[in-house]
Amino acid sequence: MSNPDAAIHLEHVSRHYKMGEASVRAVDDVTLSVAANEFLALLGSSGSGKSTLLNLIAGLDRPTAGSILANGQTLAALSPLDLARYRRNTIGMIFQSFNLLPRMTLEENVELPLRLAEVERSERAGRVNEALERVRLTHRVGHRPSELSGGEQQRVAIARALVNRPKILLADEPTGNLDSATGEAILSLLRDLQTQLGMTIVMVTHERPLAERFADRLATMGDGKLLGTSPARTGAAQ
Amino acid sequence: MKPQDLTDLALRNLREAILRNALTTLGVAVGVASFVAMLSLGVGLQQLASKRLSQSGLFDTIFVTPKNNFRGMGRPQREVESDKPPRALDDDARHELEKLPNVIEVYPQVRFFTEVRFNNKPYATVVGGMPESSRNSGAFDGMQGNFFSSPTANEAILQIEFAKDLSDKPATLVGQELTLRYAERQAIPAADSDASSGAAEPSGGFSVVPKELRLKIVGIVETEPAAGYGGYGNARLLMPLETASTLRAAQVNDLRDIVRGTATTKTTYPSLSVRAKSPSLVEALETSIKNLGFNAFSLLDASKSLRTFFSVFDLLLGIFGSLALAVATLGIVNTLVMAILERRREIGVLKALGAADSDVQQLFFVEAGVMGLLGGIVGVGFGWLLGRAITFGTNVYLKRQNLNPIELSSVPWWLVIAALIFAVLVSLAAGLYPASRAAKLNPVDALRYE
Repeated sequence: MSNPDAAIHLEHVSRHYKMGEASVRAVDDVTLSVAANEFLALLGSSGSGKSTLLNLIAGLDRPTAGSILANGQTLAALSPLDLARYRRNTIGMIFQSFNLLPRMTLEENVELPLRLAEVERSERAGRVNEALERVRLTHRVGHRPSELSGGEQQRVAIARALVNRPKILLADEPTGNLDSATGEAILSLLRDLQTQLGMTIVMVTHERPLAERFADRLATMGDGKLLGTSPARTGAAQ
Repeated sequence: MKPQDLTDLALRNLREAILRNALTTLGVAVGVASFVAMLSLGVGLQQLASKRLSQSGLFDTIFVTPKNNFRGMGRPQREVESDKPPRALDDDARHELEKLPNVIEVYPQVRFFTEVRFNNKPYATVVGGMPESSRNSGAFDGMQGNFFSSPTANEAILQIEFAKDLSDKPATLVGQELTLRYAERQAIPAADSDASSGAAEPSGGFSVVPKELRLKIVGIVETEPAAGYGGYGNARLLMPLETASTLRAAQVNDLRDIVRGTATTKTTYPSLSVRAKSPSLVEALETSIKNLGFNAFSLLDASKSLRTFFSVFDLLLGIFGSLALAVATLGIVNTLVMAILERRREIGVLKALGAADSDVQQLFFVEAGVMGLLGGIVGVGFGWLLGRAITFGTNVYLKRQNLNPIELSSVPWWLVIAALIFAVLVSLAAGLYPASRAAKLNPVDALRYE
């Protein structure tokens, strides 16, 4: 099911780990396409390999076998430096534990990807402000992450992920540390951003009801294998 | 990342673990301080030594003697010139030497063996004439009493050992008088200038008349400066050169000239000292003097080996000084490796946000470099203070011993620059391993790590 128009295309992707004598197949022969502007939820129990798959798409890890095509680039062909550039410019990532740098203020956290991308200083303030406006957090710029609520921290993380205007947003259990109301608000925000900015979103989660409400499509994994995909947004359609 | 952002982030990281990084930086500072202090002592001692030596006149002075044929005795004579009578070192020669370029002054070595009477007791000793220029040479800096009041004064400065011979309490001698008994050379007009008397006969000669001169003791000095090469060894009684010259005391070469048959009514000098403008001009000057037909030699070679000695000495001090810096290096390695463990997650986040391995590596590298630079700056200050403290301590000791203070340590600008560069380079080297380890950190593991 090769699909060159897809934002992300995985072809027989495997990722094996050596753990002592045994080899663990974290991702086992997964073939999957994600269309441009699609919101895909990766579901599965813990240890099913969904986070590993996300890391492979993010270019943080390389597959043992198979190939990954993302935004027109074959990741296997990229040098480590080009892979870093790919993460910087094409991918935005958010995490369950937000992963904001605790020593930096909110705006400094958001500014970090701009520094890495060597964006001119004069341009940065505007970009940071724009990203914070999208997540409606401009009133808390001077604060440090520890002074914010979980939901606010995740919004900062989203702003940080967006600031380099990525084509693909990868979310690893973004609601895992949040209460259900906040989690819903976050997913609703992601959904809005996806439509506004025309991004492709791949979200790892184990909360099927939320995924069904906000994602376009669900992909379920178990034991490293892709068990199947199904359309979602049953709730959203109502 | 741009250098400015890199430095910005590095400084922020250093500020966050302020206590630990400050202690590490202090370790570097102590290392640099010991390096600077050691080298400043070496440089200071070297400057002290070369200052004393150049003041002593040993290295800018050429000792000129007439060409005699002593060395021809045991060897085949190679030089045609040696068949001719050697050129006399007389006033003509002196004027000629004075006219050579880069000559500051030419003065004769007046040095004679004689008897001194003090408290009606005779003492045999060697008298030496001191040129007026030696007043400022520094050689008389630590003396008791004063330098001669004028270049023609009937005054004497005693060498300390001689002063001890004269009195149990040498210090009380200053202001007292002694009597110099010497043999004055009086020229005899040529008895017979007939050609028939034969070429081998001397055309003139002199008689020796005993004389006396009363001298006032004005000072006592440790050693004779620029102890001459004139024959009798160190002079123990110094008097103004002009006073000594007017005595026309019979000198060793007078007798030699008579024996050799070259004696004339003119004054000849056993040797002349020619002072060059600077030690670097000595070599060329020496050659031109030799071309005039005299023997000339200087102590330039000795100063060369002295410089070599001090280079080795400085090197050794530098090595000892850098040992502390080597220990400080381990501190940097330790601090940065600890920082990797602590900032594992942060490194993972940076990589997830698109930081290349080189960005992470440079960040750690800059942190190490900043610690090195700050440690270097503080260390140079510490080292300078340490040098001052050692100088101060030494001078307190010297003062108790009634000696003049000295400048023991010296921190020239090149040492400051060298210490800073050294500190930064050593710190960067210390940062190599932690930085590459941080760069190689697997972001997936780093992000999973709680």
